Amino acid sequence: MTQGVFNAESVPVLALGYRFQWEPAQDCNVLLYPEGMVKLNPAAGEILKRISEKKQTVGELIAELKEAFNGADLDDDVYQFLEEAHDNDWIRAE
Amino acid sequence: MTTTGSEQNKAPGSTGGAVGMNVRDSIRQPLWLLAELTYACPLQCPYCSNPMDFANVKKELTTEEWIEVFRQARAMGATQLGLSGGEPLTRPDLIELIREARNMGFYTNLITSGVGLNADKAKEFKEAGLDHIQVSFQASSEDLNNLIAGTNAFQHKIEMAKAVKAAGYPMVLCFVTHRQNIDQIDEILDLAINLDADYVELATTQYYGWAMHNRDQLLPMKEQLVRAEAIAHDYQEKQKGNMKIYYVVPDYYEDRPKACMNGWGNVFLTVTPDGTALPCHAARELPGMELPNVKDMTVKDIWEGSNDFNRFRGFDWMKEPCRSCDEKEKDFGGCRCQAYMLTGDPAMADPVCTKSPDHHLILEALEQGKQEAEKPAEIAKPLVFRNPKNSKEICGL
Repeated sequence: MTQGVFNAESVPVLALGYRFQWEPAQDCNVLLYPEGMVKLNPAAGEILKRISEKKQTVGELIAELKEAFNGADLDDDVYQFLEEAHDNDWIRAE
Repeated sequence: MTTTGSEQNKAPGSTGGAVGMNVRDSIRQPLWLLAELTYACPLQCPYCSNPMDFANVKKELTTEEWIEVFRQARAMGATQLGLSGGEPLTRPDLIELIREARNMGFYTNLITSGVGLNADKAKEFKEAGLDHIQVSFQASSEDLNNLIAGTNAFQHKIEMAKAVKAAGYPMVLCFVTHRQNIDQIDEILDLAINLDADYVELATTQYYGWAMHNRDQLLPMKEQLVRAEAIAHDYQEKQKGNMKIYYVVPDYYEDRPKACMNGWGNVFLTVTPDGTALPCHAARELPGMELPNVKDMTVKDIWEGSNDFNRFRGFDWMKEPCRSCDEKEKDFGGCRCQAYMLTGDPAMADPVCTKSPDHHLILEALEQGKQEAEKPAEIAKPLVFRNPKNSKEICGL
């Protein structure tokens, strides 16, 4: 892994003022924040849904995703997404 | 699996400020509902975007009528609700409106001067589900702030900004910049840092309503902008990851017009205090508007079927040079209200565009502002403050 904000022990949480929700009219998950909205693709939605629902480490989050997606090898993708989301100020590490 | 989110859309705030990336969905949805709950306001800012004749509007929608508007817009896909005005805190039912809107799933934004707010209210609103409070400042110094606001509010605003943060909201501060305060930009940003703000919007004055009336006194000079922009970018770098700074260049100094409202009738819906539905908060001043009202029609019928909302959708209404312009899908020809105010025809290209045959009007306005700025204070035109008395006098009400 390249040097990033997150490791297996860190706990990602939504940044202050960000809210995750399902939008029936958009038919997708979204992140809402002051005066703005991000539409999420299904993969981003699966990750942020779990982050918004409960506090857990990245390691636990990945284990949960693997269980939900038939043991798929998704570690790198998750880390990559977390770093991107952090760069966008959607989440922070606790 | 691919893992990026998509399509960010920052909608304009009450000042008609920043518009982010274009989102042009095949199915248009009113993603943004700006509810101008009232025109009552304890402040008198001379750059207010409310119409000059606001004193004419007496009857505001009731609590139930507002809730019904929220419900209908939410059902059509609206996610962002701006509770604005005037000063929305003057509505005694504000907490009820917040609670209902939040229960429907709106992201609720309170856009306020802070006057009328206190720490208890900030907490109660939070419990009712309010997501975000944006506190506007007029300047970074007490004297100038109070002069521009036409009231003694600066210390209270500082207290309220702190109370907002203490109540667990992100602190979002909005400074409307113009010739009289833009040289304070470093002090403005230092104030925001001292207050531990999460977001700062340096919203350049846009020339509608009262601001248009006071344009000669408010237009910044080119040198002022160059300096302000350099300072803003410097702070943006230094504050990265800490405080987000939005800085928007005033369109009068741009070569291309802004993609106003992300396109007419595309994502943005304003409902004024009396229930008039508008594609933007300045559109009431355009000629030939039918001004549909939410008391007579459903939001859906207004959004999809009204002449007002269809009037400048798509590209068929355009004249040259917009019609054949390869940038028309990027900026939609700019702002219809600005085209009308400056050229007398809302279907013309926004004169901000250097391709517009009317671009000289912008250059002349800048020159006129410059001449005004160079006059000694004794003979300079005074700012006309936004208050009911001036509204009635100027509009002959």
